Amino acid sequence: MADKISVRIDGEYVAAQQGQTILEVARAGGKFIPTLCWLENLSPVGGCRLCIVEVSGVGRLLPACTTPAQDGMSVTTNSEKLTQYRRMALEFLFSERNHQCAVCVSNNHCELQSMAQRLGVTNVRYPYSFPKMRVDASHERYVLDHNRCILCTRCVRVCAEVEGARVWDVSGRGIHSLIVSDMNRPWGDSKTCTSCGKCVEVCPTGALAEKGFGVEEMVKRDRKVRRLAGRRGGHV
Amino acid sequence: MKKVRVATIWLDGCAGCHMSVLDIDEAILNVARRAEMVYGPLVDAHEFPKQVDVTLVEGGVSSQEDLEKIRTVRQRSRLVVSLGDCAVTGNISAMRNQTPTRKLLERIYVEGADVMRVVPSDGVPALLRHAVPVHEFVKVDLHVPGCPPSAKAIAFVLEELFEGRVPDLRSKVKFG
Ligand code: SF4
Ligand code: SF4
Ligand code: SF4
Ligand code: FES
Repeated sequence: MADKISVRIDGEYVAAQQGQTILEVARAGGKFIPTLCWLENLSPVGGCRLCIVEVSGVGRLLPACTTPAQDGMSVTTNSEKLTQYRRMALEFLFSERNHQCAVCVSNNHCELQSMAQRLGVTNVRYPYSFPKMRVDASHERYVLDHNRCILCTRCVRVCAEVEGARVWDVSGRGIHSLIVSDMNRPWGDSKTCTSCGKCVEVCPTGALAEKGFGVEEMVKRDRKVRRLAGRRGGHV
Repeated sequence: MKKVRVATIWLDGCAGCHMSVLDIDEAILNVARRAEMVYGPLVDAHEFPKQVDVTLVEGGVSSQEDLEKIRTVRQRSRLVVSLGDCAVTGNISAMRNQTPTRKLLERIYVEGADVMRVVPSDGVPALLRHAVPVHEFVKVDLHVPGCPPSAKAIAFVLEELFEGRVPDLRSKVKFG
């Protein structure tokens, strides 16, 4: 049995186990911390910065999904400052690609869109970059629309960690990053993709979708995938 | 009670947001009671009035003409409200932004036409390089996203503004 520790979350003492992340402890205690790149049972990467929290005695904000809880730690999960930073993180995501919710397959079923609503983002203060982005429709069943991708890497992780196919990777750096399949070849030409659809189900936005779905029609169902991921026992 | 002077203006949008304004059911009676509509596609006025309390803006800023209009609107309005995703984010009007304007016009008016295959130049305003949200050019006091924003959200916004409050739209509105 792992060592028991005690952590203070928003002033309340919560029992936890050594090795749990702040996010896991907070969730077990019924606290809501916004997340986007994190998905239950996939290895956390700390990429989107939505889950940042304040830890007493630490000068900077830390991502709850990757920071291990420590005995005696005191964590604040919600504050005006955190909300400001979380909104900024969302606004950057919107400004970096092209999101037109009204004509998106995932309209009304999108985690980015609903997170913006939940955190009160009613506009984006940064100039939009309007990048020219490709749509890869070469796979016979699925589409990847880079316009809607937030680079959360859930697809990369689920394909490698759960399906074991390792089709996806991230190429480039910073704003030039791009999700690529099989060394940057069209998805449809992939020799490793098993067409299992797991990446599509866990993608939080309209970036990965099944073909044949119109505006608003793509509803993701990631429960089965999360359960499968949980059976692997621990992260790779 | 002095009536609130309300204007609406239609930039690069589809008129859907204006339709949503008309869709607010009995709340429109309150609007009629509290507001005087001084300018907009629904009103017979040729020039944008000198003093306006609230202007609702539909559409992104896409052409030279839009730009001149929105600057006038800002100068003459106490409050400028971006109404709908095109005004708030660029949205549909910004979907052309990945194509250079020359190429875009040729694709539509030359390649896409059977007769009169020329790009019109007389009496049409020049396109800006990008269609952009209103707040990229002028200060916007309130953003009401939605494509279109729900009639309920619009009714709420107007009622709050008439009462002299800035509506708190958190979780009441969404993109799309
Ligand atoms: S991916 Fe989500 S946020 Fe982006 S356009 Fe689609 S619905 Fe909107
Ligand atoms: S469909 Fe399955 S195998 Fe193919 S890329 Fe997606 S997760 Fe990987
Ligand atoms: S395609 Fe979807 S799951 Fe993959 S990185 Fe982009 S948003 Fe995330
Ligand atoms: S959920 Fe923790 S950084 Fe994305």
